[in-house]
Amino acid sequence: MIMFVVATIAVIVAIVIALARAILGPSLYDRVLAGNAVGTKTILLLGLMGFLTGRPEFLDIALLYALMNFIATIAILKFFAYRTMSPQMRDMSPRLGNGNHDGGADG
Amino acid sequence: MDNVIHYASLFLFAAGSFFVITGALGLLRFPDFYTRMHASGVTDTLGADLILWGMILQADGDWLLIAKLLIIMLFLMFTSPVSTHSIAHAAWVGGLNPLLGKELKHHDIAPDRDETKAPVEMPGGEEQNKGGAA
Repeated sequence: MIMFVVATIAVIVAIVIALARAILGPSLYDRVLAGNAVGTKTILLLGLMGFLTGRPEFLDIALLYALMNFIATIAILKFFAYRTMSPQMRDMSPRLGNGNHDGGADG
Repeated sequence: MDNVIHYASLFLFAAGSFFVITGALGLLRFPDFYTRMHASGVTDTLGADLILWGMILQADGDWLLIAKLLIIMLFLMFTSPVSTHSIAHAAWVGGLNPLLGKELKHHDIAPDRDETKAPVEMPGGEEQNKGGAA
């Protein structure tokens, strides 16, 4: 039982550190990355808490949280890339560009 | 046999806790978004998998629990590279440049540099801090 306590404390400390990065993070992508890391550690924390309290049914919640974390990350990135939830698929960045401003053949 | 399983899961939990803490510390202390992403990958793959294997060994042969843990592990194994890749792709497309060479060395001197801008090419190298405007 002591190993569950140790692992739970380690995961909680890691969540606190990742939250510090999410608050400090200078760019948007640092915050998204820290949120994703917090989600992964939350999955571990749910499983460990289930074993620690003798109710392993928590694993169902952990599985659901794994699904939600993935979808949430993709949705947040898509929202901040297009600033809307129903994007028109236009070229928003010069680095994606296969457009006219990139070719240079026509000067 | 029970002892072997006990100590094996003890080792797995210790190693998993170590990698989770290491990944979180790297996420806090690395100088750049792209290096922080490398640190976050340690937690996502090795730390999570080791702790989940420890939980599988502690499940007392309950096949429902083992199946659920294996499904969680399989799902993490598929989704964590995909989400990491899409974060990196979004950062690169959004114009976030990695710290390279000289910038990386000067990070401790000027830590509150605006990371969303492109790195400026600094003429003169190391002399530009003590040189003064001529």
